[in-house]
Amino acid sequence: MLYLVLFLLGLLAPWVAYPVFLMKILCFALFASAFNLLLGFVGLLSFGHAAFLATGAYITGFLLAEYPGLSPALGIVAGTLGAVVLGTLFGALAIRRQGIYFAMITLALAQMMFFFFIQAPFTHGEDGLHGVPRGELFGVFDLANNHTLYYVVFAIFVAAFALIRRVVHSPFGQVLKAIRENEPRAISLGYHTDAYKLVAFVLSAGLAGLAGATKTLVFQLASLGDASWHMSGEVILMTLLGGVGTLLGPLVGSGLVIGLQHQLAQSALGDWVSVILGAIFVVCVLSFRSGIIGECQRWIARRQQREEK
Amino acid sequence: MTMILGIPLMVLFGQLMLGLINGAFYALLSLGLAVIFGLLRIINFAHGAQYMLGAFAALLGAQYLGLNYWTALIVVPLVVGALGIVVERFLLRRIQHLDHLYGLLLTFGLALILEGTLVNLFGVSGSSYPIPEALSGGFKLSFMFLPTYRAWVLVAALVVCFGVWFLIERTRLGAYLRAGTENPELVQAFGINVPLMVSLTYGLGVALAAFAGVLAAPLYPVSPTMGSSLLIVVFAVVVIGGMGSILGAILTGLAMGLIEGLTKVFYPEAANTVIFVVMVMVLMLRPAGLFGKEA
Repeated sequence: MLYLVLFLLGLLAPWVAYPVFLMKILCFALFASAFNLLLGFVGLLSFGHAAFLATGAYITGFLLAEYPGLSPALGIVAGTLGAVVLGTLFGALAIRRQGIYFAMITLALAQMMFFFFIQAPFTHGEDGLHGVPRGELFGVFDLANNHTLYYVVFAIFVAAFALIRRVVHSPFGQVLKAIRENEPRAISLGYHTDAYKLVAFVLSAGLAGLAGATKTLVFQLASLGDASWHMSGEVILMTLLGGVGTLLGPLVGSGLVIGLQHQLAQSALGDWVSVILGAIFVVCVLSFRSGIIGECQRWIARRQQREEK
Repeated sequence: MTMILGIPLMVLFGQLMLGLINGAFYALLSLGLAVIFGLLRIINFAHGAQYMLGAFAALLGAQYLGLNYWTALIVVPLVVGALGIVVERFLLRRIQHLDHLYGLLLTFGLALILEGTLVNLFGVSGSSYPIPEALSGGFKLSFMFLPTYRAWVLVAALVVCFGVWFLIERTRLGAYLRAGTENPELVQAFGINVPLMVSLTYGLGVALAAFAGVLAAPLYPVSPTMGSSLLIVVFAVVVIGGMGSILGAILTGLAMGLIEGLTKVFYPEAANTVIFVVMVMVLMLRPAGLFGKEA
């Protein structure tokens, strides 16, 4: 029911709000959902998810800019696949360690990609890729139109979100949660936890790449900002603020953070964005660690308990 | 001029010297991280900001209070370390019982606040801090020119690193610290004030970062972002050395500086990434790091 309402809201939204702003939220909501799949459901804090976002963004941007006739669909698929390949490589290395070690390794690997993107000739270094053509989807839909593009982005988001939901509620997702709660026990039950973690990591990386690829199409650019570790931090903040381990949390979190950045950028406080984000981080960690959606769920659960009595 | 592998000897030694200086900073910073990680199990993401704060405190102290370099070298680490103790006491302690990832996230938030505030107050472009007079000039060696200040940085960093290593590995206080990481309850039962020890340890780690900051002020432009770019490299150094290993942090720091310097001579394009490449190789062979114990 809730999902139906949200879906209808999503369909109507571009007629009320500026579509590009909405698309930005959708792209980051997808990115945060992909990240949350790992942190919320497997308990792995990746501090290098920007690498996958940027890989998707750069590959898609490069292909669409260099081969103007190429279908945007193919560009997005290529970007996503690129992130999947990178995710397999990084995942195989990173899942060898856990907890803080895992966070550090993913951070360092992502930084390696950052330097690669600075120096590789196809990324145009500090300048980034600009003016990436949006093209026509399937030769029918003209994506230069913001409303048309919005529905494409919305469709991508809904499909990816449905996939994540499906994964989380599948037997595979149950095993992931078992690993999160107690990995030695999952191993003793006979699960090859490393294989499960790797699949989850690759899935998360691929979806983050999809988010990056879609973002390139929306803003028609791919730049180093996507690859920097601040981006990895931002996606953690979105997830934490909305609610780690909840499906809707990353959506709420990204909506709030993007909305806040958007509002602040226009106000006198524009220069203080990172200070404010940092303060939100501190407050979040200190006082409401389960995030907005998580706190709501706890509140509802408590009320239901009281009514049952 | 003498050449080695097609590279002039002067250039080679010059780069090695630069690398060693960078390595001294890596060693000081990763040592601070290792000390903090050892007892608090927290990856101190604010370490870069605290290093930057050290450099800024020296600069502003000189501009507004007439603080000279030598006083700054002592006073600034004490002040910034005290600030660290306040942070530990009022923020980190509240989340001590939680997953250690929250410590990383909290200090990350602090880093954003510190860096953002200083960017707004002083802008991103750096200011310079003069080299103290006693350390200006340099030595002319047969194969290279060695500025006195760089030699001083190397010596000071090594002495401090060795001192901290000695404190932790060879003294009774260090024994308490190490015991505290193994079993805080038991150590507490022996009548040792573990919470105080934790606070002081965090303060020590932060003071090390600030000390590195003051040392760095005359060498690099003092800017609000000077810490964050360095920090990620230091994280890689920590992963290579094995997290929490004191000796690992010091030796790996110096070694990585040298490797970076060598790369700059022979294949400059890879100089920024070589440490991460080493990290990947080490992880494949020894996931716990060179000096780390398998968890």
